[in-house]
Amino acid sequence: MFASPLRWNDVWLMLQGAGVTLSLTFWAVLGGTLLGLILGVVRPSSRWWVSAMIGFVLDIFRSVPLLIQLVLVNSFNSIVGLRLPVFTVACVALALYTAAYCAEVVRSGVLAVPLTTRRAARSLGMSWWQDITSIVLPMGMRVMLPTWIGLTLGVMKDTALVLWIGVAELLKTSQSIITRTQEPLLVLAIAGLIYFVISYPIARAGMRLEKKWNTQ
Amino acid sequence: MFKYSFQWRPVLQALPEMLWGAVVTMQIALIAMAIGIVVGVAIALGRRSANGIVRSLSTGWVEIARNTPALLQIYMVYFGLGTLGVRVDSFYALLAGIAFNNAGYLAETFRGGFAGVPETQFRASRSLGMSAFQTMGYIILPQMFRLVFHAMTNQMVWSILMTSLGVVVGLTTDLTGVVQQLNVRTFRTFEYFLVAACLYFLIAKVVTVAARILAWRLFRY
Repeated sequence: MFASPLRWNDVWLMLQGAGVTLSLTFWAVLGGTLLGLILGVVRPSSRWWVSAMIGFVLDIFRSVPLLIQLVLVNSFNSIVGLRLPVFTVACVALALYTAAYCAEVVRSGVLAVPLTTRRAARSLGMSWWQDITSIVLPMGMRVMLPTWIGLTLGVMKDTALVLWIGVAELLKTSQSIITRTQEPLLVLAIAGLIYFVISYPIARAGMRLEKKWNTQ
Repeated sequence: MFKYSFQWRPVLQALPEMLWGAVVTMQIALIAMAIGIVVGVAIALGRRSANGIVRSLSTGWVEIARNTPALLQIYMVYFGLGTLGVRVDSFYALLAGIAFNNAGYLAETFRGGFAGVPETQFRASRSLGMSAFQTMGYIILPQMFRLVFHAMTNQMVWSILMTSLGVVVGLTTDLTGVVQQLNVRTFRTFEYFLVAACLYFLIAKVVTVAARILAWRLFRY
């Protein structure tokens, strides 16, 4: 292909790497969204010092580089002797990182629902849980969903960093192909194209959604 | 539970070294941010240009910067340019990669900012006899920066966090690089990186507070 040592086989390897990237993204976003949803919903209606403490911890996850977090979780794993495989370690670290951002997204969605609406729901005899599930989350979704899509894409791009602790995702695979073929520009361009093809359509759809919901 | 004994003394002794690393980190982040702001303004204006080529180039920059990982962009500069016969030092590769990324994200921010400055401001300033450049410099840009200042602060924090990627292309002078060097020598991974995490957190907080003071000084009525 292109008269270079790069073979179709290598492209296939890179697509498998992209599969690993996607599955990392899936688990990280799944775990992160669940945790973030809980924290984001609980935080506005908890005592001020609980809220402040949660906020502080989440702030730490957002102010420390993901690379450092990955190394810390990875070495903590060996210190405690959990012997989790690196893929799981990467998922856990990414999920915590995602949760910190997702909690903020959810919180802004919850706060966007007018307090009068929530009071009205409670006066109609709805429980706190009913208020959250049938009033706050559906209404807050308009604020949350576009940002959440952006967050998911951000996490997808950030999964590239797990190559540092040795998970063979797309970029790591590309790197080992580069080592053999000595064609960095071509291989990286293909890797970039794969990332772009995954990210761009979803980003566009998210933007369209945001615009559509804003005008109504 | 722990068979591992934590040793903090060597870590504390290495603290001055790490603080110098933090200075380098700040340098890279600030330079990359400065380049990002200048290029970002140019791109944001370029996207509204009448020239089709300028418009598609600027749009292309923004979309590539926003839809591929920052690490890939740094790799592109570090490994990719090597193919074209340009040897790039890991410091400059990191700087260029972050600047490219910053410019793309900031351009999108600035686009929103420009849209927030009323068109009438431009016309009023031109009718008062200001040139296009004067209008941009004295009227439009100050208002635009005021609108997007908070987003710019976030980008600055991002810029600092991104500098940690330098270690992947072999940079040894920034905070993460210094810590990694110490780690390779001593294998006290958890201790060193925990201290590094604290330092990054402190830097991010200091920058956020400094930005708030700066905003108050610059933008109060």
